[in-house]
Amino acid sequence: MVLIRDFAVQGAQMLLVLLLAPLFTGFVRKMKARLLRRQGPSLLQPYRDLLRLSRKEVVLADSASWLFRVIPYLVFAATWVAASLVPTFRTGLLFSWSADLIAIIALLGSGRFYLALAGLDVGTSFGGIGSSREVMIASLAEPAMIMIVFTLALIAGSTQLSTVAEFMASPQVGVRVSLGLALIGLIMVAIAENGRIPIDNPATHLELTMVHEAMVLEYSGRHLALIELSASLKLILYVSLIACLFAPWGIEAAGATVPTLAIGAATYIGKLAAGGFLLALFETSIAKMRVFRVPEFLGVALMLGLLATLLRFVSASF
Amino acid sequence: MILTVALACSAVLLALAAFAVTIARAPLATRLVYGGCALVAAVSLGAALVDLLAGAPPLSVTLPVGLPWLGAHFRLDPLSAFFLLVVDLGALSASVFALGYGVHEDAPERVLPFYPAFLAAMMLVVLADDAFTFLTSWEFMSLTSWALVMAHHRVADNLRAGYVYLVMASFGTLALLLGFGLLAGPDGLYTFAQMRAAHPTATLAALALILTLIGAGSKAGIVPLHVWLPLAHPAAPSHVSALMSGVMTKVAVYGFVRIVFDLAGGPAWWWSIVVLGFAGATTVMGVLYALMQHDLKRLLAYHTVENIGIIFIGLGLAIAFAAYGMRFAAALAFTAALLHVFNHSLFKSLLFFGAGAVLTATGERDMEHLGGLIHRMPQTAFVFLVGCAAISALPPLNGFVSEWLTFQAILLSPQLPSWGLKLLVPAVGALLALSAALAAACFVKAYGVTFLGRPRTSAAVAASETDRFSLAAMIFVALLCLIVGILPGAFIDALAPASLAMIGERMPVQIGSQWASIVPIAASRSSYDGLLVFLFMVISGGLAASAIHRLASDRLRRAPAWDCGYPDLSPATQYTAMSFAQPIRRVFGTVVFRARESGEMPPPGATRPARFKVELSDPIWDWLYAPLVVGIGFAADRLNRLQFLTIRQFLALVFGALVVLLVVLAAWS
Amino acid sequence: MSRIDFDIAHLLAGLLVLISFLELYQDRLYALLNVFALHALVLAASVAWQAFIQDAPHLYVTAAIALLFKAIVIPVALHRIIVRLGIHREIEKVVGVGPAMLAGIGLVALSMVVMLRVTPGADPLTREDLAFALSVVLLGLLMMVTRRNAVGQVVGFMSLENGLVLAATGAKGMPLVVEISVAFSILIAFIVIGIFLFRIRERFDTVDVQALDRFRGER
Repeated sequence: MVLIRDFAVQGAQMLLVLLLAPLFTGFVRKMKARLLRRQGPSLLQPYRDLLRLSRKEVVLADSASWLFRVIPYLVFAATWVAASLVPTFRTGLLFSWSADLIAIIALLGSGRFYLALAGLDVGTSFGGIGSSREVMIASLAEPAMIMIVFTLALIAGSTQLSTVAEFMASPQVGVRVSLGLALIGLIMVAIAENGRIPIDNPATHLELTMVHEAMVLEYSGRHLALIELSASLKLILYVSLIACLFAPWGIEAAGATVPTLAIGAATYIGKLAAGGFLLALFETSIAKMRVFRVPEFLGVALMLGLLATLLRFVSASF
Repeated sequence: MILTVALACSAVLLALAAFAVTIARAPLATRLVYGGCALVAAVSLGAALVDLLAGAPPLSVTLPVGLPWLGAHFRLDPLSAFFLLVVDLGALSASVFALGYGVHEDAPERVLPFYPAFLAAMMLVVLADDAFTFLTSWEFMSLTSWALVMAHHRVADNLRAGYVYLVMASFGTLALLLGFGLLAGPDGLYTFAQMRAAHPTATLAALALILTLIGAGSKAGIVPLHVWLPLAHPAAPSHVSALMSGVMTKVAVYGFVRIVFDLAGGPAWWWSIVVLGFAGATTVMGVLYALMQHDLKRLLAYHTVENIGIIFIGLGLAIAFAAYGMRFAAALAFTAALLHVFNHSLFKSLLFFGAGAVLTATGERDMEHLGGLIHRMPQTAFVFLVGCAAISALPPLNGFVSEWLTFQAILLSPQLPSWGLKLLVPAVGALLALSAALAAACFVKAYGVTFLGRPRTSAAVAASETDRFSLAAMIFVALLCLIVGILPGAFIDALAPASLAMIGERMPVQIGSQWASIVPIAASRSSYDGLLVFLFMVISGGLAASAIHRLASDRLRRAPAWDCGYPDLSPATQYTAMSFAQPIRRVFGTVVFRARESGEMPPPGATRPARFKVELSDPIWDWLYAPLVVGIGFAADRLNRLQFLTIRQFLALVFGALVVLLVVLAAWS
Repeated sequence: MSRIDFDIAHLLAGLLVLISFLELYQDRLYALLNVFALHALVLAASVAWQAFIQDAPHLYVTAAIALLFKAIVIPVALHRIIVRLGIHREIEKVVGVGPAMLAGIGLVALSMVVMLRVTPGADPLTREDLAFALSVVLLGLLMMVTRRNAVGQVVGFMSLENGLVLAATGAKGMPLVVEISVAFSILIAFIVIGIFLFRIRERFDTVDVQALDRFRGER
């Protein structure tokens, strides 16, 4: 009975994240538009976009291979599995012990690996631009993320995301320096990994200013729908991660009842709304950086992660 | 009994080598020799597997060959059994691969006799139980592999590669000889059993560590002694490259582990600082060098350097934990290192086999001349992709498991009391994370430029699929990569006897945990379930595919790629390996390699093309080896004068030496 | 003093180190002045918090002085000087951002090791605050060493003094008279530097210290 209920909660979490992802993307776009004194597209527009794309015919380049057609499914699978392991309204999910934070980062890394390969598959220079810049950004963002995971693991005593989230929600956590450094580093890495301003512009399709859009330039139809859904899933994953680690109020521990689950879901929606608004505010108030300033930006994130880990190694009270 | 089987296999291989000298030119010789090697390797593999899984006590045997008062001692303990397993698995897959690949060899008499001898030498090193047998087998291993490197001696690069290899191998053996000499002591206790019983002083043990790090480390590929590796490994035939990168470097790791953990008494804590320092530098430098390469085999050789760095990071952590008596943590770090030894031998062999297949099909090693091979060699492309994903540590394959275990070991390090370690270990952790990300970038480049895109030369257009033996070997190794990634618990338990023998402790039993997950320390702390991750990915991908198939349109149309209005683009406009690496070269290369890009544009009206030049300098060669070479040349020139002395001066030299020796004899108390 | 008091003090000290890193990263003069004002603001907050938990009211005066002079008066004055002198508004660095950040991390690690090894018996809160303060001092010195622009060097000198104030308040307060004398000496030094900048600018039309080396006849 308990097993069935836990199974149902895990399944509900997976579906929730999948269904909310386009809505969150639509919310961020709407907020950005309103901050720029425009009306903006409707909140449900991403759903309409996905539906429209899936009904369209796929136009495949002559030189594309079977790998090009399989990669959207691989990327989607990796991103969805990672997103369903991040606690949203409840920790202690049934399969949360099967992959810890390091495995989640590696799953997202494998999504990025395959997408970079897709950029090179057709054999034009646009894909090459996107892939080469994407791996440069990843070569600094991923180590920064791992150092932040080290800091959190050293504070909470585990790399298991549920355990870390429960520790952060408990009163033992205190206000630590290394947590502050880790938060700033995590926000910088999240911006880089999701290709938001100032790293990459998700709204344009100009190949000289973009990284993600250049890699997926040749995708169309249902493949493009899967890739866009994966990108939205990645964004909601990172916002949920920041929320469950640094704003853990309202997340219910395992064994909760239906009313508390409802409270957990409501607080989660509230955190998403706050996160989306802050992201929109940040994106509209800062300009996009030149490509070769991105390594400096991410280098700072890596240094913050390294400093936070160093402080934890040096003394347990940091 | 099992030890006799293993030794008999080595003897059969040596006999096969002698036989191959006679029949090398015959048409069936290739199949016969490689088939024989595969069979013998399989038998030896079975023996090693039985010994490791049964957890039998160590077996020894002494043969009356070699030095008359010493004999040749051989011993099979769990550590030897594990490394014998690695050697035999690599030998088996390389021999099966060579059944297909070796037919294209145009000088079989230069390869066939030395190949079985090389395999036999590696097996003997792992089984040796006294210093003399160890060093003889080690030198024999170096010599046979040198002969294999020089197999295509008409290529100028190979001559230089062989020369550098010979010099570095001799230097390494000299260091090991001195190390063994120090451990044997003034009484000449050469057997390992005697060395174990003797307890060397701290200074002696420290010197032995330094000499072992130089000797075994240069063979394994520790920076800065790695320079021979990227020259020699690509020069050999591809199955031999796979063996050298995947197996011979592991034999060197075996030498290091045997001396440091077993023969030199217990390790001191500061040894870990030295090992970790060099290991961290090796990891990052290896992958940075690899990113600058466009020769496929040289790129793979530099990645071997990087992975050896990862193995030595695990070993360094094991030394630190063992020195402070934290034996569970030491077992975790040690098991992580050994698992990475196994994993690396698997995926490095797979990648070199793929490179060999590409070389046979196109005649090209340079990635800038390849491209679009996924259409022409689909099965090779698929297994090569598995190898690339495994080495980039992507779940659910095996590379991720050993890297995850190493990270868990790093997370246990704050308990270490030493300040030096407290500052060094986070830095090493950051370097490890950085190299993992850069390795993924490098393999996107390697796979994307070689197999994807459009073919850049006619050689790439004319490629065809490899033969079934090579494919069978590659598919076998790729399957093993997947199995180790999905069921890592079984392999960790199989490694436990080796960890018990060296550290005195093992990781908790993994078999029997829920859903085949691995729990390195405690379930509340961390766990990883490769099987479930794999199943989840398959199910999610399947759900997405069926939903799309059901609800979305399934029409598809082929059209030319987006060309921005310039039709009929030549394949030269797509990204090359050097251009793919350009952003990373700008970020890291300007500091490490003093990378300078310069473009020269012709004035308007001139018809010559514009030129773009990238200059890279190798810092280790410029700062360490070039001055050394200049210095040795200078000293040699000076000493050369001794050849042209008169008879009177020669007599004076002899007289002076005699007088000095008599004085020393008189003054020695 | 409860756990939360420790943690907030550490947080503010760590924030000061973080802002010192941010100063190292800046390459535009006005942005550097804004970050320096933030540095002084966080210092004032840290000193005020120390006054609160140590129950030492004279530290509130120190915090007020830091807030008034360092966060408001000095940045505004420097801003005016830059406008009047027409100083080139990009800061040339001797080493790039990456190596400077790495050196900064090394200096923080060094100050941690030194402070925590040299004072084994002291109160843990004080030791760790002193470690952070030493880091801020060393980072200020690093800034002075890696900047070509005289205004950048002045800002480095000011943040160095901020680190000293943090150390002094962390060590259970200093007497007010010492604080006032230190503050006055800084003010005098600042006035002298300002006068020198004007004179240098008049004579040589630049405040780039490398150019000054040329005029010394050394190059």
